[in-house]
Order: sequence, then structure tokens, then C-alpha cells
Amino acid sequence: MIKIDAVSKWYGPAQVLKDCTAEVARGEVVVVCGPSGSGKSTLIKCVNGLEPFQKGLITVDGISVSDPKTNLPKLRARVGMVFQHFELFPHLTVRRNLTLPQIKVLHRDPGQADKTGMRLLDRVGLRAHADKFPGQLSGGQQQRVAIARALAMDPIAMLFDEPTSALDPEMIQEVLDVMVTLAKDGMTMIVVTHEMGFARKVANRVVFMDKGEIVEDAPTADFFGKPHSQRAQLFLSKILQH
Amino acid sequence: MFANFDFDVILRSLPYLFYQGMTFTLLLTTLATLGGILVGTLLALMRLSGIPFLAIPAAAYVNLMRSVPFVLMIFWFYFLVPYIGQWVTRSAQPLQVGAFASCLVTFTLFEAAFFCEIMRAGIQSIPRGQVAAAQALGMTYPTTMGYIVLPQAFRNMVPVLLTQTIVLFQDTSLVYVISVTDFLGAASKIAERDGRLVEMYTFAACIYFIISLMASRAVQQMQQRIAIIR
Repeated sequence: MIKIDAVSKWYGPAQVLKDCTAEVARGEVVVVCGPSGSGKSTLIKCVNGLEPFQKGLITVDGISVSDPKTNLPKLRARVGMVFQHFELFPHLTVRRNLTLPQIKVLHRDPGQADKTGMRLLDRVGLRAHADKFPGQLSGGQQQRVAIARALAMDPIAMLFDEPTSALDPEMIQEVLDVMVTLAKDGMTMIVVTHEMGFARKVANRVVFMDKGEIVEDAPTADFFGKPHSQRAQLFLSKILQH
Repeated sequence: MFANFDFDVILRSLPYLFYQGMTFTLLLTTLATLGGILVGTLLALMRLSGIPFLAIPAAAYVNLMRSVPFVLMIFWFYFLVPYIGQWVTRSAQPLQVGAFASCLVTFTLFEAAFFCEIMRAGIQSIPRGQVAAAQALGMTYPTTMGYIVLPQAFRNMVPVLLTQTIVLFQDTSLVYVISVTDFLGAASKIAERDGRLVEMYTFAACIYFIISLMASRAVQQMQQRIAIIR
């Protein structure tokens, strides 16, 4: 469903992505990990065109992201994205955060949008908070609302950019639980994360990146069992120590 | 010490001062603020667009407006606009432009330059992530601006915008240069007619003070009401 083919990206003279190639099939959950600055967030943002890239090709459901003829807003509406810092709209209530994109982008009528929104708030266990503002919720709750907001668009795939990195430790689990359920329901997901427990539990494959390159792309069991590259071994030994 | 003063002159001239003078002052302030916000927002979007063809003229306009004395602008515009109008409409006579219309256009254009800079700062204060989130949801540029960025930017800017409006309210008195009668102008006319300069100017000062003070109080209250909960 998502094909990343030989993608390279430069910030001025600095190359941040080097010839990255990967593929995600329908219903697959792929975890992208690697040291900070390895380009994993940049790569995931290229998938829905939030970051431009200079070389290579990315297609989502057969549609090229970088083709100037592509209707990018339309494509993005079909790919949900969850950010490290939630990025809920702070001036709107939780309810309105969920309904506004449905109404403005998918042109759903307000009643239907509200119904969909409430159903998804229910799913992330936050229906009672519908009429609060994002600032009145905890980080974990905000991130769950953000997931519900993305799901309200009925996406064909979901991108998670370090969804738990900005959370206090006690809130990480509630967000991961939502993501695990989502994965088990068959959602196609690309997840940039350091949560190796989550990767072990639900990922079909793990992609390991370092210095802008995809160093390893292996089935989850293989990756944790015996990573091929030294860099992946080193990374795992550091991250799994505690 | 007040024995020589005649405060009765104020009472006698109240209807004239308020119906003629203050109406003009408030009308000009309100319309110029609304127009200025509208044009200023457009200018700010042009400056932030990153398209040289739009950004450079907008920047040039703002810098020009901000480096010319306002009184000069009012004066110059009043005498120039009829000729521009004549040129645009290709008529034989200079276009007749009323003093009020001339003032309104000048104030709007002048305020737009200031509002543009306030708006620009306000828009830039919205985190990039908000725009990214809106785009990731499939929102187009106009939707992102209209529903996500500008509403937040406006809330952040309300104190500065309204403070600028209070300054504008005081600046409307500059219309005296083209002999338009605003509140201060009306007070001044009475003062000279009746030889009661101290009384009238003191009274005018008090009124400006009271209105400005009330307005800034209102700004504070409004700010608390519309503040974004973080």
C-alpha cells in the first residue's frame, strides 16, 4: 500500500535521507526505530508530503506523493498522522477538533461528523471529555484524542511520529494500548517509536535507520533475535538494557 | 482659582461636541480598524507567502507607510486622490472625493501597515506543528489559515490589536489638517468662538482619557474571556 523507493533528501548540503527503500503492505504494522537524528521522522513525514524530498518516489495506494499533479490535501486526508506533540487545535473543543476536519475536508454534514467523532472518542475512552478544551486534558488523553481525530477521517493507513516521546511515563501505556488495539483491528501503520515492547507485541516488521539510511528491514522476531548489522546490535543493546 | 472659568460652556456645547464630533471620531475609528484589519491580514499573508511577487510589494508598502509622518499622509492623500481618481476614470475633472471618504481611505491604508506587522507576528507565533497537523488532515491552505492559524493568531493578538485601535482613536484628531471636524476639532471650534480654551481643552482631554481607559479595561476583560486554555 505504501511504497518508498530510493528516496533521498537534502537540507542544503546535508543529506538527511540516503536512498531509502521500504514497503508496507495492507494491514501491516511497521515500526521504524533508530538513534535520534537518523531521519526516521523525516522519512515518515515524506510519506504524506509534509516534507519534500529531492530524489526517489513514494506512492500511497498507487498515488505518487511528489507528483505536482497529485491532489496532496486529498491524499493526506486518507492517511492519518499522529504527532509527537499531539498538535490538537487548542482553540477548539475536543468535539470540534474531531468534527472540523470531517466537515471541512470530507464535507460530511455536522450531525454525521459528530456521530463519527463521538464513536471514536468512545473507542479511546474519552467520550466524557468531549466538551473540554485540549489544554484541560493530560498529555496521554490529548494523544488519544489526536488518534481519534485521525481515525475520524477513515484513513487507509496511519502514521505515528514518536507518539509517546513527549509523554510522562505513566501515560505512555494508555496511548500504546489504543495503538495495539488499532493494530490488531488490521490498520496499516507506520510507527516511529522507541517503544520496543510495542514493536515486539504488534509489529510485523522493524525498520532500523541510522544516519539517514535504512540499515535493516527485518521481520520483528528476526530483528530482536539476531540483527544483522553491528549498528542495529549496538542500538538494541543500548535501548534494551533498562 | 476656578472663579474665572466658565464650565457652563461645556454643557451648552455638549450636543454639538458629541453628535458632530464624537460620532465622526468613533465612526472613523471603527471603520478604519475593520478595514485596516482586513487589508492588514491580506498584507501579512502576502508577506508570509514566500512568493517574491507578493511578498516584496507588501513589504515595500508597509515600510513606506511606517516611515512617513501620518499628518503628511492625510494631507497628501487628500490632495492627490482626486487626481488619481481622474486618471483612473479618465474624466476631464479631478474626481470629487469627500473629506470623510478621503480620511477613511488614508486611515485604513495607514493602519493596515501596522495591523499587517501585528498580524505577521501573531501568525508566526503559531507553532509550525499546528500547520502540519492541519495539512496532515487534508486541509487546504485557505482552510488551514481560516480555521486553525488565524483564529489562534487573532486571540494572541487581541491585546495589541486593540491597543493599536486605542492609539488610532486618539490619532483621528489629526484630521484637523484637512479641516474635518472630529471631537477635538469641535471642542477647538467652540473654544475659540467663546474664548474658553482652557475649559474646552481640559474637557476634551478628560473625555479622551475616560474613553481610552474604559477601552483598555474592556480589552483586559475580553482577553481573559477569549484566552486559549493551555
